[in-house]
Amino acid sequence: MAPDADPGADQHITDVSGTGVPIPGDDVDTDQILPAKFMKEVTFDNMADYLFYDARRDDDGGFNDHPLNRFEGASIAVVNSNFGCGSSREHAPQAMMRWGIDGVVGESYAEIFRDNCKSLGIPAVTADHETVTQLQEWIEANPDGDIEIDVEETTVTYGDTVIDVDIDDAMREALVDGIWDTTALMYSNRSKVDATVDGLPYVEGDD
Amino acid sequence: MSEGTLYDKVWERHKVTELPNGQDQLFVGLHLVHEVTSPQAFGMLRERELDVAYPDRTFATTDHIAPTEAEKRERPLADDQAEEMLSALERNVSESGITFFGFESGKQGITHVVAPELGLSQPGMTVACGDSHTATHGAFGSIGVGIGTSQIRDVLATGCIAADKQKVRRVNVEGELGEGVYAKDVILKVIQELGVDGGVGHVYEYGGPAIEALDMEGRLAVCNMSIEGGARAGYINPDETTYEYLKGREYVPEGEAFEERKAYWESVASDDDAEYDDVVTVDADGIDPLVTWGINPGQVIEISEPVPHPDDFEARTDREAAEQALDHMEIEPGGSMLGYDVDVAFLGTCTNGRLSDFAEAAKILEGETVDEGVRALAVPGSETVRQQCEERGIDETFINAGFQWRRAGCSMCLAMNDDALEGDEVCASSSNRNFIGRQGSKDGRTVLMSPAMVAAAAVEGEVADARDYLDDGPTGGAGGVEEVAD
Repeated sequence: MAPDADPGADQHITDVSGTGVPIPGDDVDTDQILPAKFMKEVTFDNMADYLFYDARRDDDGGFNDHPLNRFEGASIAVVNSNFGCGSSREHAPQAMMRWGIDGVVGESYAEIFRDNCKSLGIPAVTADHETVTQLQEWIEANPDGDIEIDVEETTVTYGDTVIDVDIDDAMREALVDGIWDTTALMYSNRSKVDATVDGLPYVEGDD
Repeated sequence: MSEGTLYDKVWERHKVTELPNGQDQLFVGLHLVHEVTSPQAFGMLRERELDVAYPDRTFATTDHIAPTEAEKRERPLADDQAEEMLSALERNVSESGITFFGFESGKQGITHVVAPELGLSQPGMTVACGDSHTATHGAFGSIGVGIGTSQIRDVLATGCIAADKQKVRRVNVEGELGEGVYAKDVILKVIQELGVDGGVGHVYEYGGPAIEALDMEGRLAVCNMSIEGGARAGYINPDETTYEYLKGREYVPEGEAFEERKAYWESVASDDDAEYDDVVTVDADGIDPLVTWGINPGQVIEISEPVPHPDDFEARTDREAAEQALDHMEIEPGGSMLGYDVDVAFLGTCTNGRLSDFAEAAKILEGETVDEGVRALAVPGSETVRQQCEERGIDETFINAGFQWRRAGCSMCLAMNDDALEGDEVCASSSNRNFIGRQGSKDGRTVLMSPAMVAAAAVEGEVADARDYLDDGPTGGAGGVEEVAD
C-alpha cells in the first residue's frame, strides 16, 4: 500500500514492495538528500524533483550515474548507517516518498529522520552491515528484482532470500495498526493535556 | 534505565498519557516557529479545520531566509520565494494569535538565539521547533527537540508531540580550558571522541568542571551541537549561572514570582544520586582549538594534530568517509590544517552568533585587517545581539578590520538567503555543519571552528591559531604551531 502525503487515521501499512535502489554511504545527511536551496517553497509538492539534486548531477547539470538515476521506478531504498542525519527537514523523506520510495532498509537512521518516516507512513527497518551490503549488491545485480518489506512479520524478502529485520516498536505498531496519524491520536486526549498543563508552574504566570 | 535525572523529571512533568503505539504523549511548553518548516504544517491544520491549541506557548520569528543586507530587508523581498515564505508565516501567526518577532520588532533573529535572550527558554521546559538545533535550549536544563513538519502539525493542533523516551548518557567534561579555547572547542572535542552517531538513542547530560565553568552563551553553544553528535537533545543542569542569566529578561517573572519559578527550576535538576544509562568522560584539560578537516563534524582535530590518514581508521566505512573527505577538501593526510587557504570567513549562527562570540572575535580583530583575498561576513544571531554589539562598538572593530557587518539571520550556515559560497570556496565558519553543499555550493568547503579562530583565519587568509593574537599566546601543548609571519 502506498503511503499518502496526509494520511487518514485508519491506513494500515503491513507491507511495502517494489524494486530497490541502493544509496550507499554512512552518515548521508539531509542536506545531501534535499539541499536547503530547494526548501524555499511553501508546499512539499515539487520535492521529488530536488531529491539528491547535487549528487545526481554532473558539473554541466546533466544526470550522472548516481543510483537514483540508474534505478528509476524503485520503491525500496537500501541505505547504510546514520542515514538522514543533520537537519530535521521533513522535506528529505517527503522528497523520497514523492520520488516513489515506499520503504527503507538500512543499518541505522538518525532519530528525527526516522520520526519523519513514521509521520509519513514509510517503514524504516534495520539490519546489520553485512546483510544490508548484500542486499545492496543484490540490487545492483537484479535491478528489476522485487523486494518486500513485511512490517508485520519484520522480514525483508528478495529473490530466494528472507532476512529478519528490526523495526522500532512504536513505528511497527503505528503502521500495522494504522495509528500513525499522531495528530488524531493526541487530539482525542485534550482533557488530559489540560490536566498536565495545570501542573506546570511556568505555563500560567508567564505574562 | 535512567532515574532521577533532569530528563526523567521533566519528562514525567510533561507526560500526558501513553499512546496506543507505545509512545508517550508529551506536552510541549515552548513551541518555536520559523518560516521554512511551518507553512506546510499550518496548511495541514487548515485542511483539517483545526486551530492552534496553545498560541500563548508558541512564538515565531524569521531566520532561514532572512536577507542580512539592510537594504534587502525592504518588503516585498526581492526573492519571490523568500517573500512568499515570510508572507505565509505572517498570515499564519496573525490568524492564530501567535507572537511574532519580525523585522520591525527589533527582536528578529535565529529562533535559538532569540528565545534564550528573551527569557522564553527556561529550566524544566519541553521545547520543540522544526529545526534540529532545538537542542540548544537544553543549556537551561530544558529538553529541546527538533521535529519534522508533521510533528509541527501535531504541536500546533494539540500542544504535544508523540515521543519515545531515550537513554540518558552523562558526559563528564573534565579539565580547564586555556586562553583562546572555547565552548565550541569543547563540543567539537566531545563529537571527536563520541562520534557523529554516538548519541543516537540518547540524550546527553553535559556536566563536569569544564561545563560548569562555562557561561550561558558557552553552554548554549555546547548543547546546540548535540545533534551533530547524534543526540537529539542535550542539556546542562541549571545552576546559579542559569538563574543569574535569566533574571530580568523579558519573559522571566520578577520578584516573588521569580523565586517561586526558581524553586521549580531547582526541583528539576538531576539528583546527586541520579542513575544514568551510561557515563562517559571527555578530557578537555588544556585542549587546543579544534577545526574540522572533513565533511562531517566528527572529522575534526585539535589544531596541533595532523590530518588523519584513511588507514588510521579501523572501520572500512570510516576509511571510505575519510577518503571522500580528503578528496572533497583537496587536502593531504599527515599535514596540518594550519595554513589551509581560506576564501570566506563567516561568523554567526545559532551555535556562535551571540554577544560573547563577537566580543571574543573582536579581540583578535582589534588593529588587524582582513586578508585581501577573504570575503568576511559578521552576521549577528539576532537583532538584539546586533544592538548589543553596536552599543559596545564591536561592530566598528569588525568593519574597520574589513568585515561586512550584517543584520540577523541564519545566513551562510545553510545559504537559504543570498549569502552562499561560490564554486569550491573554502569557508572558515563558526557554524555547525560542514556537510557537502551545506553552505550553498556543492563544491564549497567548510572548516568549522570557534569565532576567534574564524577571525584569525580572516586576517591571515588561511587557517591560523587564534591564540597567537591573544596576550598570552598559545597555552602549551600546541606542537606544530607555526610562527605568525606578521
